Amino acid sequence: MIDPSRNLDEPSDVLIQDGKIAGVGRALGAPDGADVRDVRDTVVAPGLVDVHVHLREPGNEDVETVATGARAAAAGGFTAVCAMPNTDPVTDNQAAVGFIVRQSVRAGLTRVYPIGAISVGQKGERLSEFGEMVGAGAVAVSDDGKPVVSSHLMRTALEYARTFGIPVADHCEEPTLAEGGVMHEGLVSARLGLKGIPAAAEEIMVARDTLLAELTGGHVHLCHLSTRGSVELVRRAKEQGIRVTAEVTPHHLTLTDRACERYDTHAKMNPPLREAADVAALRAALKGGVVDCIASDHAPHAYDAKEAAFDDAPFGVVGLETAFGVAYTELVIGGVLTLPELIHRMSTAPAAAFGLPGGTLAPGAPADVVVLDLTDSWTVDPTAFCSKSRNTPFAGRVLMGRAELTLVGGKIVHQMEAPVSQ
Amino acid sequence: MTPVLGKDLVGLEHLSPDQIRLVLDTAEPFKEVSERPIKKVPALRGKTIVNLFFEASTRTRISFEFAEKRLSADTVNVAASGSSVQKGETLVDTARNLEAMRIDMVVIRHPSSGAAEFLGNRIRSNVINAGDGKHEHPTQGLLDLLTIRDKHGKVEGLKVCLVGDVLHSRVARSNIWGLLKMGAEVAVCGPDTLMPRGIEELGVCRFRRIEEAIEWADVLNVLRLQLERMEKGFIPSVREYYRVFGVTLERLERAPRVLTIMHPGPMNRGVEIDSRVADGPHSVILDQVTNGVAVRMAVLYLLAGGRPELADAAKGSPPGGAE
Repeated sequence: MIDPSRNLDEPSDVLIQDGKIAGVGRALGAPDGADVRDVRDTVVAPGLVDVHVHLREPGNEDVETVATGARAAAAGGFTAVCAMPNTDPVTDNQAAVGFIVRQSVRAGLTRVYPIGAISVGQKGERLSEFGEMVGAGAVAVSDDGKPVVSSHLMRTALEYARTFGIPVADHCEEPTLAEGGVMHEGLVSARLGLKGIPAAAEEIMVARDTLLAELTGGHVHLCHLSTRGSVELVRRAKEQGIRVTAEVTPHHLTLTDRACERYDTHAKMNPPLREAADVAALRAALKGGVVDCIASDHAPHAYDAKEAAFDDAPFGVVGLETAFGVAYTELVIGGVLTLPELIHRMSTAPAAAFGLPGGTLAPGAPADVVVLDLTDSWTVDPTAFCSKSRNTPFAGRVLMGRAELTLVGGKIVHQMEAPVSQ
Repeated sequence: MTPVLGKDLVGLEHLSPDQIRLVLDTAEPFKEVSERPIKKVPALRGKTIVNLFFEASTRTRISFEFAEKRLSADTVNVAASGSSVQKGETLVDTARNLEAMRIDMVVIRHPSSGAAEFLGNRIRSNVINAGDGKHEHPTQGLLDLLTIRDKHGKVEGLKVCLVGDVLHSRVARSNIWGLLKMGAEVAVCGPDTLMPRGIEELGVCRFRRIEEAIEWADVLNVLRLQLERMEKGFIPSVREYYRVFGVTLERLERAPRVLTIMHPGPMNRGVEIDSRVADGPHSVILDQVTNGVAVRMAVLYLLAGGRPELADAAKGSPPGGAE
């Protein structure tokens, strides 16, 4: 049992009653009629939390819905995910936020927390009604998918969000520098003849956002950092006590722009995959806490959308069902993080950054729990995904580590099928 | 028999020096076909070829078409405008439909980098890249190599400088790969706004002043300046571009040696190149066009499985001696 919220890493029983953690400790004993699961040789941890997913509902239910996204999340060991508002129509008002909450409750799987739009229609002009959206269940605001171009709008968003105690999550991209770009600007883009997005396009906005967070005292959350320069800017901001949190994706922690060779559209995402030195800096930042958490940026696309020339394919990859396996294999087995550190960065820290329940096995907490199998290798087979979409750069990868059992509020929402005996 | 160039020709980056030399050598006997009164040999008789042009092109399309016709292939031209492409058909659907018609080869020009490789990976027919976005234009690279070899008797050891908009140029990339593989020294010259970052790491040297490039080079390959680059803010004006980077007679007269002048066309006279230079005695610009047909005949012949040692004989019989 590992609980980073209380620095616990020891063999233990976990007793769940009435949807809550009732006790943690050795030889707790089971009340009569309890469903006793012997999960020896696995790790019991607080359920994983992903603060950045795209579930495409409403508007693009062919590629994902709240229910299928929640199913994929449960299979990936996540007990809570935050859904970005770049839906169609945009989730920019209390009714739209309430719809996501209802769909989540109806699915009854992983908890789906809506993120409301910063601006009406994500147009970057007028603030959305943060107060009403928070009242309906929104846990943050973001115009993700697009940067907040206007510095004035970002400033007022950070100021206004303080009333409601929510973070403002920004997709950092200076649009005039990034315009038309489809991958990282570097030697690989020069060779492939593809228009690059320079690292500075992200870093300019990271610098701006941290300055505005300092100015306003608001909490800025920086989405999917990808460059070593961004990491350095966040490190300095945190040293100055600025309220900034940051996330990094499993793909930016493990892949470089070389994955775009042969025009592989499954390596096309925004921000783009960068260079080895960036990957190293992101890993070090995650280890040292400069970057707070891992988020998948789960971005489903239709099965044939990536069957196109690189310029014409959409940005984004799915990640809910591979996030833990990729991170465990590359970062823990790879010697970057300890297992408790990884669970901290995928559960306790993101829950804290967004003020969500979860991320802990403390008695009295909701019984959002994952049981992780770390002993058997598995091969990523996109056709077996619970997600409606298949667009992953990790197809065929052999990984270690996946969720054997996922519980939300004490209810089993995912259970790995017993392997067929040989 | 394993085709000597593989199934497709998408670029020069992944060809070996021997494969490049083979195309150039195979082009030699085909040059003579175009000099005959009856410009036709039966090498590709019965083969069907589609010229699939998603971008406007005059020179390249006609050059391919002549190469195909002089080898007796049956050809169809598809232009993007007025075709199913304009009606929203995806590239993969276009590919599948062509495949269903059992064609032998596709020559593709497309505005997206990687489109030729994309097509080649999805159909059994041979695919020839006639220019994909800003990536490569391999037959142009090959005809440039042939033209340099004709003029200088060799490529190895020559100093060749590409002048102008390297950033947006597929011709530049194919030239860089081809020239480096054939042992030339390669340089690029132009404003930083028109150079890809990290270009030096490909093994080319870099000049920021045209005077330095002219002093260094044996051959200048002057790239076309797309006039739309100004609107996107890469250069302030055509006038200043010519003043700073134009390949002018005055600049060439100060060079320590006579330079061979090349241009892939179409030229903007008075923008990247002085008319007196383009029309001058050291310009091989029209030789490039002539060689284009021979090189494309060689590529078509080799991809169709023609045996290089029989290229000479092929002028009189189909490949492999069938029929």
